[in-house]
Amino acid sequence: MSTLATSTALRQPRKRSRVLGWAFLAYLLLSLAVGFTTLGALLVDVLQRGLPFLDRILIFEVPSVDPNIAGARPAILGTIYLMGIVFALSVPLGVGTALYLEEYANRDRWYNRLLEVNIQNLAAVPSIIYGILGLAFIVRGPIGLGFVLLSGGLILTLLVLPVVIIAAREAIRAVPSSIREGGLALGATQWQVIWRSVLPAALPGMATGTILALSRAIGETAPLLLIGGLTYVAFNPTLLGPFTALPIQIYNWTAQPQEQFRLLAAGAIILLLALLLTMNALAIWLRNRYQKRW
Amino acid sequence: MRATGRRWSEDVVKGVLALFALVSVATTVAIVVALLLPAVDFFSQVSLREFFTTTDWAPLFSPARFGVLPLVAGTLLITVVACLVAIPFGLGAAIYLSEYARPRTRRILKPALEVLAGIPTVVYGYFALTFVTPQLQALGVPVGIFNALAAALVMGIMIIPTIASLSEDAMTAVPQALRDGAYGLGSNKLQVSLRIVVPAAVSGIIASFVLGISRAVGETMIVLLAAGGMPNLTFNPLEQVQTMTAFIAAVGAGDAPHGTVAYNTIFAVGLTLFVMTFAMNLVSIRLVRKYREIYE
Repeated sequence: MSTLATSTALRQPRKRSRVLGWAFLAYLLLSLAVGFTTLGALLVDVLQRGLPFLDRILIFEVPSVDPNIAGARPAILGTIYLMGIVFALSVPLGVGTALYLEEYANRDRWYNRLLEVNIQNLAAVPSIIYGILGLAFIVRGPIGLGFVLLSGGLILTLLVLPVVIIAAREAIRAVPSSIREGGLALGATQWQVIWRSVLPAALPGMATGTILALSRAIGETAPLLLIGGLTYVAFNPTLLGPFTALPIQIYNWTAQPQEQFRLLAAGAIILLLALLLTMNALAIWLRNRYQKRW
Repeated sequence: MRATGRRWSEDVVKGVLALFALVSVATTVAIVVALLLPAVDFFSQVSLREFFTTTDWAPLFSPARFGVLPLVAGTLLITVVACLVAIPFGLGAAIYLSEYARPRTRRILKPALEVLAGIPTVVYGYFALTFVTPQLQALGVPVGIFNALAAALVMGIMIIPTIASLSEDAMTAVPQALRDGAYGLGSNKLQVSLRIVVPAAVSGIIASFVLGISRAVGETMIVLLAAGGMPNLTFNPLEQVQTMTAFIAAVGAGDAPHGTVAYNTIFAVGLTLFVMTFAMNLVSIRLVRKYREIYE
């Protein structure tokens, strides 16, 4: 067997295999370059066009049919409020679910396995489907809140919940079992161990995952289109009033045929990307600063 | 006495946490109900046969016509072109990160690549419409303002990190002993990568493809902005098309009166979309579990 392998290896012309090796490496590097080049082109294009329009008018004024005086204040505030709702709801729900799955659930029970598959599947359901869910259950139907900011917040919460759960589970799993056993040996109850030992140790990982999930919610547009985010809002949004959000404003301006509005859209995109970048940087900083290696 | 008191509160805590976990089950049930009830209503007025076999989609006209095939064709066209970009480049990036890059390089490149996945899709839509399409036109490609090609190319780039990241995980999980054995028999790096690592990680790699396809099928904003708004039964990427997601967004954001057949089309198309992506997600989850069982 080994002599056979050696003899075929020897029969292969050396030079050809080296050229093949270089060609393959070139293809691999090209694969990476395609993504990074596009990212670079996108950033340069958006900055070039949008920077002149990123001014006080854009940040402090309300939308208008006249692009010279149109701003995105209601959209910016809408996005900030939506973030608040999503954060307040998705953290307890997500961490609670993760704790149940990691610390309490018996993996051999069919319903716990179903729960896991269910969460993995929810993470991959198209976001527009969440919009339909919101339209049928939250805007109309049983909850019937109407086309308001709170509906948007609830839908985005459900949308990012699987991501928060998955991140929190990983953070909890990274806490070594010796920490738990130590607590239990000292006479603590299971919940005391979780509350005083496991959660504090898992906190940095959870914070990182949650921030990344929130940054997904910030950019989400499609479900909000279905639950009334496209309405014309010329005032500061309230919890139970009509709303709009930054990505929706970007969509709205991009879809206008006038070039002037597209430039405004580029300005708003810079704002959105800056917000995302800040959140990602915060997540990375938290992870590096507080994560323990066991 | 005190011990039983404590145990009681422990049960309460467990119950509350289980209740939180039930929220995600309730979400799935609610999605199914939200799609199914209006869809049943819809199919009581439009036959399944008309929906799935006729080729004319004009639900808001009168007389209305409900052949979903142009939307499905639009979705497939965009998905296929996007995958032609995402699969070769995603896999290439994964092989580089897993087999060629030094640990330090990988630590920098992998998160940098994931930035691509973090850009909001509405921004990609803007980019496809205002940058990629004009560039295509400048290169002499005969495309209009709205076309499937620009949307699909940008979507392909967006999906690269999904495929690269998941494939790389699967390749990293392949035991080093397999590589060492192949090197010991005189293989070079190219042979080890393509004949040992890729086949050994194949279930994870296919899972990443399936997940990538599922993302392409479900993506809304890029196609809504850049691919146009006309249902079009074509497989020519230079033309404009409407996908299932773009239709849902366009009608849902507009003002089709509540309760009409036109309004219920959102749910019928949504159900079709959900069933397609649901099937793909289950396949992908199963495949990932398979490679985890083998190597971890």
